[in-house]
Amino acid sequence: MKTLPPLQYLDHEGQPSQPCPEWCNKPDWLLRCYHYMVLARQFDTKAIALQRTGQLGTYASLLGSEGIDVPVALSMKSTDVLVPYYRNHACQIIRGMPLEEAFLYWGGDERGNSSVQMGEDFPNAVPIATQSLHACGVASAFKIRNQKRAAVTFIGDGGTSKGDFMEALNVAGVWQLPVVFIINNNQWAISIPRQIQSAAAQLADKAVAAGIPGIQVDGNDPIAMHEAIHNALNRAYEGKGATLIEAVSYRLGDHTTADDATRYRSNDELKSAWERDPIKRLRNFLALQNFWDESKEQALLQETHQLVQEAANKYIEISPQKIDSIFDYLYAEPNSQLIEQKDWAIVKAMQGGSHFEGESS
Amino acid sequence: MKHNVCLLEAVNLALASEMRKDEEVVILGEDVGVNGGVFRATANLRDEFGLKRVMDTPLAETMIAGVSIGMASQGLKPIAEIQFMGFIFPALEQIICHAARLRNRTRGRLSCPLVIRAPFGGGIHAPEHHSESTEALLAHIPGLKVVVPSSPARAYGLLLAAIRDPDPVIFLEPKRIYRSQQQEVEDNANALPIGSCFTLREGSDITLVSWGAMITETLSAAESLSNEGVNCEVIDVATISPLDVETILISVRKTGRLVIIHEAPRTGGVGADISAIVAEQALLDLQAPVVRVTGYDTVMPYFRLEKHYLPNSQDIIDAVKQTVEFV
Repeated sequence: MKTLPPLQYLDHEGQPSQPCPEWCNKPDWLLRCYHYMVLARQFDTKAIALQRTGQLGTYASLLGSEGIDVPVALSMKSTDVLVPYYRNHACQIIRGMPLEEAFLYWGGDERGNSSVQMGEDFPNAVPIATQSLHACGVASAFKIRNQKRAAVTFIGDGGTSKGDFMEALNVAGVWQLPVVFIINNNQWAISIPRQIQSAAAQLADKAVAAGIPGIQVDGNDPIAMHEAIHNALNRAYEGKGATLIEAVSYRLGDHTTADDATRYRSNDELKSAWERDPIKRLRNFLALQNFWDESKEQALLQETHQLVQEAANKYIEISPQKIDSIFDYLYAEPNSQLIEQKDWAIVKAMQGGSHFEGESS
Repeated sequence: MKHNVCLLEAVNLALASEMRKDEEVVILGEDVGVNGGVFRATANLRDEFGLKRVMDTPLAETMIAGVSIGMASQGLKPIAEIQFMGFIFPALEQIICHAARLRNRTRGRLSCPLVIRAPFGGGIHAPEHHSESTEALLAHIPGLKVVVPSSPARAYGLLLAAIRDPDPVIFLEPKRIYRSQQQEVEDNANALPIGSCFTLREGSDITLVSWGAMITETLSAAESLSNEGVNCEVIDVATISPLDVETILISVRKTGRLVIIHEAPRTGGVGADISAIVAEQALLDLQAPVVRVTGYDTVMPYFRLEKHYLPNSQDIIDAVKQTVEFV
């Protein structure tokens, strides 16, 4: 099989490596994209700081995925449905998840999945690759109802080894579903590097067996990502079926805050990955186009820092839900066993209360 | 309209009835379309409702469950067929980690109104992996409902209820009695309640609790025993989860004796849970130890030996005699 180089418009330095699309001559989209990439990174920095100080649970850093998630979220319509894995906070925030609720989710509270602003988007999928199939189900519903909408789902490079992913590509192909699969190939699945995850030359090649187009894109190049996701969404809206996009990036952080990547990867590798940083790349391009300067940069940093700080303050003020909540949302109507157990739990949660006091009453 | 149907045909009647009534109901699974299902539970439905509502899927159980979850999140009411319960295992991650949890983990923002139908149980001389009864696995999962019909009328009414239920329901069809008994079923779109036992026979001496294909053996045992002057109350659990504890307790308080019959392995079976509930809440009403008549804690044997594995009416009669004679 002939392997093309990844789609790229901007090189590592932010210089065009081929003529950019026409729309890049105007600042609108590029500045919005940059704004959200910086906001996402500020959120990430704050989340890690909160975790390190015991104010957040185990957190999956988004560092290095800004050049993928932000263009995707900006390209999707509100009527489309996002089916994320667990590293798409940037995408979720742009699609309406309030920043404080993003903190709330990683702070151990299901209400972080509940805000009405998330619409019909799925909550994070923690079990690997399961989400790929949900996206196919959502896309099937669109197709059955003749709706011009698309489902967009993410997965990591490790997740592409799972059967759910292959079953999803397969059904998306054979049913010609309006779904876009995006692999964030950040080179590492915890400690497992890309080269021992799969012998495929490109992960995008996995599309071939499903009979759908697969394209490899430079995931640190927001312009290339914009082009790829636009084409894929248009194909979906036009009834032409699914697309697989392999976005080649690098996981600039640990897998999660519970991981220590220095155990298994070299500092030299990380250092060279930072040279491909998507934020630096877009900033250089904006400066080259005379859309950006140092004073704008400082203003943006300050603005986004403040937004994140305010959200963190709000998050910290949110009290845990009452114990009732673990019973209240399991079914539309609780059964009699749950009603009884809820009474026990309420009594047990009282000061000096015990389970058995509740049970005997 | 009244139909004289077997359990399998009652399933088909219920599917067609609800699909006519509710456009959001769709069917998907292996061979459910042109072929009408390997048992013909979905026969003729594709002709009536078309390709978009009766979908033949690629051969992938995880996919069937995962796609159903995505559909259900959009407000469709998918009815997925897993061809045999022995093949449900690839789908369990999707069922347990997602279908059962979607409402709770989004605090009600999304929900998962799907039905997964699967033929289950032994007794038809099927190939390996085609005869298991693993309902207890599913009953253990918070967020699911598990329903097992034991007659054509209950299959019809309970399946309607399962489709209309706003939460995921696992609907296990005892294939041993798919075609063995005919019954008049009124196709009137009336559902039966999920979460309620059905008392099939009233009696004062002992309570027999069972479900699925074992109901046939239990009723036959009760009939024989009545000739010997032992009056059995027979309860069809019908909904394995959530259990209708009250009906069982009321009966046990009346009779003071309990035998639980299930085809599934003994250890960790639903019978153990019923027995524990009776011990917790009606111990002092018991006049004899609770007895379980169950399958063994073995792999479901290949068909030459399955009749020795499956409980039969004589096993039940023996257990009842042991219980009523206990002093």
